Amino acid sequence: MLDLLKAPVLTFQEFIGLSARAVSGVVRKPYYWDDVFVQMDLIGVGSLPVVILTGFFSGAVMALQMSRALQTYGATSQVGQIVAITLVREMGPVLTALMVAGRNSSGMASELGSMKVTEQIDAMRALGTDPVMKLVKPRLIATAFVLPLLTVLADFLGLVGGWMVACKMLGLTTGSQYWNTAWRALEYNDIAQGLLKPFVFAIVLSLVGCFYGMRASGGTQGVGRATTQAVVVASVWVVVLTFVIGRVFVSM
Amino acid sequence: MSGEPHPSILSFDDVTFGFEDEPVLRNVTFSLHRGETLIVHGAAGSGKTVLLKIALGLLRPSRGTVRVFGRDVTALHERDWFDVRSHIGVLFQEGGLFDSLSIEDNVAYPLLNQPRLAAPQAEVDLRVRRSLEFVELGHTLDKLPSELSGGMRRRVGIARAIVTEPELMLYDSPTAGLDPITANTIMALILKGRDVRRASTMIVTHRHQDGEILERYRYDEASAALRPAGTNGSPSFTRYMVLDQGRIAFIGSPVEFDSCADPLVARFASR
Repeated sequence: MLDLLKAPVLTFQEFIGLSARAVSGVVRKPYYWDDVFVQMDLIGVGSLPVVILTGFFSGAVMALQMSRALQTYGATSQVGQIVAITLVREMGPVLTALMVAGRNSSGMASELGSMKVTEQIDAMRALGTDPVMKLVKPRLIATAFVLPLLTVLADFLGLVGGWMVACKMLGLTTGSQYWNTAWRALEYNDIAQGLLKPFVFAIVLSLVGCFYGMRASGGTQGVGRATTQAVVVASVWVVVLTFVIGRVFVSM
Repeated sequence: MSGEPHPSILSFDDVTFGFEDEPVLRNVTFSLHRGETLIVHGAAGSGKTVLLKIALGLLRPSRGTVRVFGRDVTALHERDWFDVRSHIGVLFQEGGLFDSLSIEDNVAYPLLNQPRLAAPQAEVDLRVRRSLEFVELGHTLDKLPSELSGGMRRRVGIARAIVTEPELMLYDSPTAGLDPITANTIMALILKGRDVRRASTMIVTHRHQDGEILERYRYDEASAALRPAGTNGSPSFTRYMVLDQGRIAFIGSPVEFDSCADPLVARFASR
């Protein structure tokens, strides 16, 4: 039993070690701003199409599924409220994070993994740079900055998607009523939750992607394994953390 | 060889690396002296690369003491290693070039990132060009590593290793996977680097020809050609080491190496 636990505990310990070095590195020199901007472009601009589509259709499908239930209770005017709350609190942050995990955590794991197995990370250390500062920190800073922005965009487009379905397609309510109920349903608590989540997810997604990349071994096969592990672990952390953060906010 | 008049530049004292039940290196003790060439032979998995990585501080030994340039570096913090490493040049097995950087940026990398080696941009450019011309690749500045052949990438690796003019050069299987002609070109460059700059050299290889070239030839600057060692008054200062399953099976002079009766050692000698 102890032997079974040994490997995951050691892995977690290594992950915490890397995370501590990367997070503490955020306030230490050197800064590689060029790398930060490249990563922001890659993660932020690069994820725009997938985030736009996911956000829009998640709002649309929410309005669609809720339409029948709301009609039963004669509460179709509240569709804006439901779409706004579920999107801002939960679906916007989680779906955006899952998309970015699939796109960027995997990308980080495969890029850093390839560098690891071709001794580029060793070369980096031998030639005077700390790979945590040069590779992990820029990815951490960039993801923590762009994921909340992507989430805000996904939330807004989800509301637009909900409006299209609720007002234009099904005629459940009027446009002004939809936007009015959506706006009034949101409290500061929801906004705080909706922005804190992507920030926390961003830290986890980037660190998990980098961690699995930096410990890849065993040639190209090892890189493939690292990539898969990064996506799976990052996605599981997202759904676990959304519950934990949600629990904290619900009890507040 | 005339005793040990030169100070030790790299020394391992009873170094063990790996887990208790499966050590990769076991009780390794040796010294590399200034100006000396140490040729390390060994089968795949005998711990040759690990030996180099410990010397560079990329791996930390489980037991024993490592000294580089006379300084005990066994428990040195990663931050402090950067200064030590700025005096060491290394060629990784596959070259270890950064895929995303041009050849020029690859070679300039140590000059731009080692605080001790900070220099004005014009001087960096000059040194990069000089270093690439040394390996006869002055025309590849703007290319990416993926546009070069395996042998050319290895030569860029050498250019990047010598651009800092290090006192100690480490080569990890520089000729692995190359055809014999390219392999000899690489060895000639390593020899040139060693003799022009008189750097101490540790080279890990499984080709006995590599050892022979380093032992028996010297680069003559005046004629820009290889000459047999000893013909121009410069004796060869070379030793051989053979690793077997993490242990030193042999360490000694070329004469001892050639006459060693151990069949394992004889496999690597040119007999």
